[in-house]
Formats: sequence, C-alpha cells, structure tokens
Amino acid sequence: MNTNSNSYTIIYASVMVIIVAFLLAFVSSTLKPLQDANVAIDKKSQILASLNIRGLEKSEIEPKYDAVIVGDQIIKADGTVVNDGAAKDEAAFVVDSKDINENNMPLYVANVDGATKYVIPVTGRGLWGGLWGYIALNEDCKTVFGAYMSHASETAGLGALLVEPWFQERFLGKKLFKDGSNDVALTVVKAGAVKEADFEVDGITGATLTTNGVAAMVKDGLQKYIGFINTKTAGTCCNEQACEKTEE
Amino acid sequence: MSKLFSPENKAAFTNPLNLDNPVVVQVLGICSALAVTSQLEPAIVMGLSVTAITAFANVIISLIRKTIPNRIRIIVQLVVVAALVTIVSEILKAFAYDVSVQLSVYVGLIITNCILMGRLEAFAMQNGPWASFLDGIGNGLGYAVILVVVGFVRELLGSGSVLGIQIVPDALYDLGYMNNGMMTMPAMSLIICGCVIWAHRAYNDRKK
Repeated sequence: MNTNSNSYTIIYASVMVIIVAFLLAFVSSTLKPLQDANVAIDKKSQILASLNIRGLEKSEIEPKYDAVIVGDQIIKADGTVVNDGAAKDEAAFVVDSKDINENNMPLYVANVDGATKYVIPVTGRGLWGGLWGYIALNEDCKTVFGAYMSHASETAGLGALLVEPWFQERFLGKKLFKDGSNDVALTVVKAGAVKEADFEVDGITGATLTTNGVAAMVKDGLQKYIGFINTKTAGTCCNEQACEKTEE
Repeated sequence: MSKLFSPENKAAFTNPLNLDNPVVVQVLGICSALAVTSQLEPAIVMGLSVTAITAFANVIISLIRKTIPNRIRIIVQLVVVAALVTIVSEILKAFAYDVSVQLSVYVGLIITNCILMGRLEAFAMQNGPWASFLDGIGNGLGYAVILVVVGFVRELLGSGSVLGIQIVPDALYDLGYMNNGMMTMPAMSLIICGCVIWAHRAYNDRKK
C-alpha cells in the first residue's frame, strides 16, 4: 500500500483522532468520581487548616470536617442567610469562586472546642498567578482565629512560602478593625516593616509583590463580608438562623 | 529467551543508563529536571511517569511504524504521546492527588520532554516493539536516575530532609547550621546537573 498518498494520510489522521478521542473520553469519565472526591477532600483539609487543624491523614479529614463544621451557608452581602447549609458540603462548599457575588457569598460556620468560628473564603492575585485562602474569625468577628492560603504559581522558595504554617500562623490573633472604623485594617506588610502589630502581619522576605497580593486578598476578601461581620461586632448575638445553629 | 535478551537488546536497555544517558550525555529533558527536583518525591514520580510513557509510546509507535504516513509521522508521534500523558495525568489525579498537585503543570510538560520525541523518532520508527520497549525503559530510567540524584542533593541541602523526613538533626541547627535556600531555586539544579556530568565523564574516561 502506498502510505504516502494524500487520501491515505487523511484517512489515517482521521481514524487516529477518533480512536484517541474515544479513549480519552472513556478514561476521563471513568476516573471523574475519584478525582472529584480527591478535590473535595483537599478543599476540606484547607478549610480545616484555617481552623488550625493541620497535618491530618487523608482518611481523618472527612470525619474531622464533619465534626468541626456545623454549617456551610450562603449569605447576602448584608449578612442575611440565604441557605443555612445544614448538609455541610452542599451549599457554600460547591460555590465556585467566580460565581461569588453579593447575593451568593459562601460562609462556613465551625465549632472548635465549643466556640463558634466563621470561615471566610478569599481569593486574590499574587505575582505570577492566583492566590486563595480561608480566614477563620472568632465568634465576635473582631479577631482572626486562623488562616490558610495557597497559590497557583508563586516563586518557589520565596512567594511560595506563603503555604507554610509558620507564615499563616502570623495571622493568629490579629485584629480586623481599628477602633470605631468599619474598614478592614488587617493587612500584610513588607517583611520587617511591622509598625502596628495589632493589625499588621509581617510579610515574606524577598517576596514583596506576593506579600502585597496576600494583603489585598485578605483586605478585599474580608471587606466584602463587612455586612455580615457588622451583624456580629454590633454586640447583638447574630442573625436568627446562625444563632439557632450555634445553640444546637 | 536468548533472542529476547540479545546483545543489541541489552545495549538498547543499558546504554541510556550510562554511556548514552539522555540527560547527562544527550542533554535532553533538562527543563523538567530543573522544575521538579526541588524535592525527591516529585522527582521520583516524574522519573517513573516519563519511564512508563516513553516505554509505552515507543511500543505503540513501533507497532504502527510501518503504517504511519511519512509526512505526518511527527504529528502521529505527538498524538500518541499526548494521549498517554493525559491518561497518566488523569490517573495521578484520581489515585495520587497530592503528587499531581505538586507536579501540576509539569505532567503536561512531559509531552514536550525532548527524550520522548527523540526516542520515538530515533529508535521506535526503525526497531521492533520489544527492542523499543527496552529502549524506552532504559532511557526513562536513565532520566529518572539523574532526577533522583539531583532531587536528593537539593532536598537534603535545601530543606534538610529526604522524602519529607528530616535528616539534618536539630542539634546541628542549634549550632548555627542553616538550610541553603539557593538549593530550592531551579538554577541550582543546572549546577548540580553540571557536577553530575563532570563526575560521569571523569568516571568513564578513567575506565577507558
């Protein structure tokens, strides 16, 4: 057979492409459920890390998540709860970060050793690519309980260090607001330039641009939830549904 | 059995491990050697993935080598490699999610690994499936060995650990020892590769 003729070449290419397409579609659809489960477990471990629960084995993550998270809620920008997410991983948990808007804001309610914590997901941009994270607030929403963040492609050894627990633990106990102000004051500053230790987190040496990205992510991310945060800081317990939740 | 392990077939397997090593002699696949060797574990996984893909791509191309239209042979090779890489990447995501996160884009970059195309074009297009399989395994392992050496040195000096387990004792840190942050940067992997090439040449020259 003449393998150099035009018709042979075209038929060969077409048949090859069809076979490969079917093969890939088959592999992809067979493995999809396993992959989705892995992604969900990874997300749960990130949320737990923001609550300072780190280093769990893969098999421990789901039970721990079920024990600690008491609700994943969808709230509006003014703090009203749209969906109280009693199922724990079906409401806020499945919101894609690009679908977040003022009527569709995910919020996780956690119960750590009897105390209520709120976990707010944040996203931002670093030097080379996306950043994302979870900031856990204490019940009064005035101080940070814990933080987790990760990145798509920051520089290894510099910006990429933001995934390290020693950096994330610098957020612990920081205040969100200056007295009487409604603007989020919590920020990350250039390494070694902390002036007001109440609000400022020390950045990563040699990674100022990533640090700026983290600062913007935390600030803007929390500012979006200001309506919700105000319902907590105002002193009155909380909106009714969240209140019932904590009492349960 | 004797035919399966004829001298030519043995050479196809053993040459890439030493005298014809893809990384330190042919200087192929350097980009991924830079990218995934800051720790040992991804280096091992990358080495094994490339070994598996080179071997199977070699076998597939070798089986269909007589039917491939000459004018589109590079495209056919690419399609085979890309399909295999996609499958490996999907399998990693399903069964070794942490590793696939760590390797992230580099799994996709296996497609552009020069070793693959080089072996397909230079060996599998002319030889039978069994010899091609051995050649693929040999080249993959030759690549993996270098990755493991570089990954071992970088993780040990850069993070004081091997496979994530701390090796350098705390007492040494107390005495003022510090991890070498340079080792975690990609550039250092080039320098270590250079040292490996130096040692490799010196060793083989002496044998002659």
